[in-house]
Amino acid sequence: MNNETLIPKIGVVTEVRVDTPDVKTFRVVAPEGGKVFEHMPGQCAMLSIPGVGEAMFSITSSPTNQEFMEFSIKKCGCLTEWLHQMDLGQQITVRGPYGKPFPVEEELKGKNLLFIAGGIGLAPLRSVINYCRHYRDNYGTIDIIYGSRSMDDLVDYEEIQTEWCKEAGINVHLTIDREQEGWDGHVGFVPNYVKELNPDLSKTVLMCGPPIMIKFTLQGLEELGFKKEQVYTTMELRMKCGFGKCGRCNIGDKYVCKDGPVFRFDELDKLPDEY
Amino acid sequence: MLKLALEKANDLFAAIAAEETLYLPIEKSGQIDFYPYETDAKVRLDALHTVKSAKDLFFPQSENLMEFKMQGKTIEIKEPKRAEEDYVIFGVKACDARSFAILDRVFLSDPVDTYYQSRREHGVVVALACSRPEETCFCNVFGIDATEPEGDVVTWIEDGILYWEAKTEKGEALTTKVAALMEESDGAGVESQKTQVQAIMEKLPLRGLDLTRFKKDELMNIFNDQAWEQLSDHCLGCGTCTFVCPTCQCYDIRDYDTGNGIQRYRCWDSCMYRDFTMMAHGNNRKSQVERFRQRFMHKLVYYPNNNEGIFSCVGCGRCVSKCPISMNIAKVIKTLGVKAHE
Amino acid sequence: MREINEMLQNKVKELLDNGTVDRVIGWEAGDFCYDMAPAMFTKDNVDELLYNGFCGANQSKYLISESQKEGKVLTLLKPCDTYSFNQLLKEHRFDREKVYALGIPCAGMLDVEKMKELGITGILGISEEGDTIKVKTLYGEKECKKADVLLERCKVCKGNEHKAYDELLIPAEEAPEVPGGADRFDLVEKLEAMSEAERFDFWRGELSKCIRCNACRNVCPACSCRTCVFDNANSGVAAKANVDSFEENMFHIIRAFHVAGRCTDCGECSRVCPQQIPLHLLNRKFIKDIDEFYGEFQAGEDLETAGPLTAYTQEDCEPGIVMEKGGGM
Repeated sequence: MNNETLIPKIGVVTEVRVDTPDVKTFRVVAPEGGKVFEHMPGQCAMLSIPGVGEAMFSITSSPTNQEFMEFSIKKCGCLTEWLHQMDLGQQITVRGPYGKPFPVEEELKGKNLLFIAGGIGLAPLRSVINYCRHYRDNYGTIDIIYGSRSMDDLVDYEEIQTEWCKEAGINVHLTIDREQEGWDGHVGFVPNYVKELNPDLSKTVLMCGPPIMIKFTLQGLEELGFKKEQVYTTMELRMKCGFGKCGRCNIGDKYVCKDGPVFRFDELDKLPDEY
Repeated sequence: MLKLALEKANDLFAAIAAEETLYLPIEKSGQIDFYPYETDAKVRLDALHTVKSAKDLFFPQSENLMEFKMQGKTIEIKEPKRAEEDYVIFGVKACDARSFAILDRVFLSDPVDTYYQSRREHGVVVALACSRPEETCFCNVFGIDATEPEGDVVTWIEDGILYWEAKTEKGEALTTKVAALMEESDGAGVESQKTQVQAIMEKLPLRGLDLTRFKKDELMNIFNDQAWEQLSDHCLGCGTCTFVCPTCQCYDIRDYDTGNGIQRYRCWDSCMYRDFTMMAHGNNRKSQVERFRQRFMHKLVYYPNNNEGIFSCVGCGRCVSKCPISMNIAKVIKTLGVKAHE
Repeated sequence: MREINEMLQNKVKELLDNGTVDRVIGWEAGDFCYDMAPAMFTKDNVDELLYNGFCGANQSKYLISESQKEGKVLTLLKPCDTYSFNQLLKEHRFDREKVYALGIPCAGMLDVEKMKELGITGILGISEEGDTIKVKTLYGEKECKKADVLLERCKVCKGNEHKAYDELLIPAEEAPEVPGGADRFDLVEKLEAMSEAERFDFWRGELSKCIRCNACRNVCPACSCRTCVFDNANSGVAAKANVDSFEENMFHIIRAFHVAGRCTDCGECSRVCPQQIPLHLLNRKFIKDIDEFYGEFQAGEDLETAGPLTAYTQEDCEPGIVMEKGGGM
């Protein structure tokens, strides 16, 4: 771990992709080129514009990408609004990586994986999905259930269509909340779709999305017979330091920035319901 | 052990201050806090406490972390200076002295907080044994001996004499610099004071606080205890308890436009404040009862769970005497702890 | 005091029993003889209600949150508390229908901090005998004069008359004598007489002690904004640490401006300040100036009189006069 952990590094924004009306994906490299630092899927980074603010974002790109890091960011506050207005070449500050990654090299190895995402919740999972695609032989079946409000709100739709959907051994199931012209896929909320698809119990689930989606999807999974021990999620809370000292993301005896953000639901059961 | 007539203490302070910055309890505008020594300073070694605890000297209420120069699309980061010179903190009581060990477990664990670390390395703690505990004191509940504080040097004041004993290498080094001012002593005065003060400690009204319920496996039970509602009912949501507390370590990081660049600084924060957990899309602790509970759960359950059962309270009693509504950790321990026996 | 406490208990029980109120905000004993704490009582725990010489805290501000709850709450008002009660009501901060106000007598409240300043520490027990306060301490028996250890607000007591109530615990004519007699503007005048440099030093000395705990603001009955400007992150001065001395000064000065003309001089700000900054002096300066510019005015005295800073009259002094006066504090 970097000794000067509060002091960030400089990152340069080299590409901005408009994903949805309120989500953009930013490609960030070090000034001398290459990645600002290495990470594992599910880990986060503190991004900042000095004078505007600093906040924690999940790293969307896979660690297997050697050239850059990507962050998919939804516009919802002061800092994110600023980030959305950035031009190419803008420098930002980056520090990290923070948090415990998804256990891609441990528990998840050899498992059949089911990814469930809603809206911007795909951002942290995309890193894992692409990591698993890269080391495809290390994992069993891969299913992805992804939903959002509308067709326009699907993050990374292009990558999903041109890469994930076409790859043998990956089943992608997309859904949107309401009927829409030009959409011939599934319509309906994620929790219901999960139940409809009735995934087999051999799968380990990695889930991220809005709290309400998480709540009902987990209920649905449990009804299908899934155990909390086989469902992972990743959490988001207010953070300042990023490594368990400033006290902000403390829930029970855990710090989400350091002991999370990835938790298994059976672990969350042992913590106060304050997230 | 060395000794010095108390009336000559000023010579000692001047001698230390001649070589390095010396912080000690000084009265300014009627209140006592740690300030750098000056010749005409009103040094108050007789006071029970400073308002702000001694943690301020290692983890200051606000400190600059780094500076940014913004030019067009580029950002330049200016590394901050860390403490580079030795300094002395004189008059740290046993409770505050113990708080350093509690803060160390936070700031010196991986990843190390280098700002704190450099101050810890350069700061020499000269502790002062308590000669006059007050009714708000309960350090003994946490196994702290008010008469034998932890420090690089430990001092006692008894009957007009200041006794001085180095306890660490750092303390020896400081002692060498000022030993000429002092003479050898058998420390008899110290022993009699210890006996007296220990007798007083046995009479303190809060000495019997029972901590047995605050155990790892009780986390959820204590968290879900109905009593939090009533305990926090009148909490004003101010930060007094947090800011006078020697062990509270939560901080905020903020940017400040100096007109000449962006100064990133950190400052003490309080989990009692509404915006502590506020995010762009909501707040996970919406009510004062949740915020109040967090503060005490952290001190009595969460911190101990992560630190071999050590509580994040040293019984200094500052919150006891300073809370505007007389709510404090002692009352919380009494109210929640009682259920151990029910 | 003991008789009063008994009368109060009986009255409160009666009001709870006959359904006039559902609950009571009062005081309960703390760990020591002096740390009376605000507490809520119902029929179940009303026996623990206690009223003694350490019930100085002004509890009026709790009415804002209390009147948002179901049922009717009983508030116990000392004469000086009725000013805050009126002022809050005037500002429509609580629902009068949900509050029953019982006026309770007061003969001056004690300040344990003042005892500690006199060197009386390790306090285990306190008893009042006439004008003398006897204190049992860890270090033997001590005593002091009651007049020396009164709360600041009691030294300049507004009198024993309740300005608002639904009922009085004892008839007005039997109200105990109150202390007081000190001129509340004494220190303000002293400060006014100082040179600018002296005055600046005085206030820098005081305000530089501020730790920004916000206790003064949070306790102040006049600080009833739902979101304070200092809690607005976008204001750039959001309030935790003082970035510089300018902020140290301005937080308190801005607050004094915000409560000017509405501050009843209850003194809670100074009472709760962990650094004992005499914040009430800022408010008193405003009160004194308002008195001079617009005629004598006491906020919270009644519900009708328009506030001098919120109502225009032809007799109002010209802004130029205010400007000329300048300096001042």
